[in-house]
Amino acid sequence: MANLATREAYGKALVELGKENKNIVVLDADLSKSTKTVDFAKVFPERFFNVGIAEADLVGTAAGLATCGKIPFASTFAMFAAGRAFEQIRNSVCYPKLNVKIAATHAGLTVGEDGASHQSVEDIALMRSIPNMTVICPADDVETMAAIKAASEYYGPVYIRLGRSSVPTINDRPDYKFEIGKAVLLREGKDVSIFATGIMVSEALKAAEELQNEGIEAEVINIHTIKPIDEDAIVNSVKKTKAAVTCEEHNIIGGLGSAVCEVLAEKCPAPVKRVGIKDTFGESGKPAELLKKYGLTKDDIIKAVKEAIASK
Amino acid sequence: MNRDINKLKEIAVEVRKNIIKMLTESQSGHPGGSLSAVEILTSLYFSEMRVDPKNPKWEDRDRFILSKGHAAPVLYAVLAEKGFFDKSELMTLRKIDSNLQGHPSIKNTPGVDMSTGSLGQGLSVANGMALAAKLDNKDYRVYILLGDGELEEGQVWEAAMTAAHYKLDNVTAFVDFNGLQIDGPCTQVMNVTPIAEKFRAFGWNVIEIDGHDYNQIFDAIDKAKATKGMPTVIVAKTIKGKGVSFMENQVGWHGTAPNKEQCEQALQELGGAING
Repeated sequence: MANLATREAYGKALVELGKENKNIVVLDADLSKSTKTVDFAKVFPERFFNVGIAEADLVGTAAGLATCGKIPFASTFAMFAAGRAFEQIRNSVCYPKLNVKIAATHAGLTVGEDGASHQSVEDIALMRSIPNMTVICPADDVETMAAIKAASEYYGPVYIRLGRSSVPTINDRPDYKFEIGKAVLLREGKDVSIFATGIMVSEALKAAEELQNEGIEAEVINIHTIKPIDEDAIVNSVKKTKAAVTCEEHNIIGGLGSAVCEVLAEKCPAPVKRVGIKDTFGESGKPAELLKKYGLTKDDIIKAVKEAIASK
Repeated sequence: MNRDINKLKEIAVEVRKNIIKMLTESQSGHPGGSLSAVEILTSLYFSEMRVDPKNPKWEDRDRFILSKGHAAPVLYAVLAEKGFFDKSELMTLRKIDSNLQGHPSIKNTPGVDMSTGSLGQGLSVANGMALAAKLDNKDYRVYILLGDGELEEGQVWEAAMTAAHYKLDNVTAFVDFNGLQIDGPCTQVMNVTPIAEKFRAFGWNVIEIDGHDYNQIFDAIDKAKATKGMPTVIVAKTIKGKGVSFMENQVGWHGTAPNKEQCEQALQELGGAING
């Protein structure tokens, strides 16, 4: 399963869950082929509801199903879920604390050629600001499968952020365990803590590998759950390393970087450098080109690590 | 179910009095659109819907969504009258630590089937409930009350398409067609008419009635239940502020609470109505 987009894994996870639990229902807003909910629709057509291009209605319908004991997964692009339907998610899902899962695909710049109108760089910020919401951003296909299952077993609203483009599998090991709110230590180090989420986790690992050649031992922690964030994992790591770098395919305002800074400012002040989109919109281009242009590569992480260490 | 209209009229008087008392006590809230919906809600809760005040989360119950959530006082007064909670709680409306929030909240109030208040969101939720009923082969029905001004929200029409597309004949929507919204008459602020033709064009069964006439309400509900393969909307012509002379058809009474003198006058008028 090396190199699979997290949305592809999402489609597979839904089919598996659908077999286990008849209360799983799936909703989409005319993007089922892209979000991969089409996989579920083919196997369980009676439990799949396409509401057309109507994201507000998508979320509200899911909320209604949830009040009657169903476990709805509602999918569209991150831009239209967290953006267009923000207030429906806030008032019709999170305020009544309904068991709705918003699985939003095509998050971040790696949407690619569609350009800035479709590249959600603010969805984590929006979603984590809503009370009762849990925010998960899986790093690869293995983590996505596990996160979708965990979300289905947890009672309450969950926002799951998925990507369009293929990412390397990094969690394909027998002892891999996913727990909502529990960060995953991927590499131990003493000089700096790299906190990464989503597709940036594999870049962080590459950066750490290269830094080792320069004698810098970087700790890499996968923050797959951005809310509730694993405060202990962050504080314990930074107590040791005394410096932190955050990596996310999201605006540096309001996302993982902000969340980590909030924790450290209150509990363990230390220099932090944020690798992310620098408060700007994206543009059309190939995913790799965009990641390079907007500063989301291993080289950008390496640079940030050195700056963070220099600020100790 | 019991459709004793004289009894319903007595209940309606009690409900209206409680709406006035609650709003006077809280000194905040929405009398006009609460009073206009009294006959619709009393019909549903006392003569139509399958609900059990002792088991508010009963899976097989009929559902009701007050999509125009600012009319919370009428819902609370009816739920209390029905026995979902003690009537003494009504006087805590909108106060700190109260179970009766300014707008309905599923987490706070027994009998409230969906949190509402942000206009335009209820019909989508009703559709979700109706789809769940179909999936589970359950025969419960879903009722929803929309405001006429609320129809200006685009999501209502997204949901109207969905209800017709999925042939949700277990959804019955009421439109409280009182003609007024905060900034003035709906026709002046943003013309929502013709309402019936709009819903017809969206594939709904449409029934137009006088929303204060119990016979017409029951007749419409019966027709809705007999209609298969499509949702029904009952466009109920109502009078905003109904039952209190100085509030009737007055835009200013959308979201203003009565003072003590106004309260007494209103209660006197309503008290007289029992014998009338």
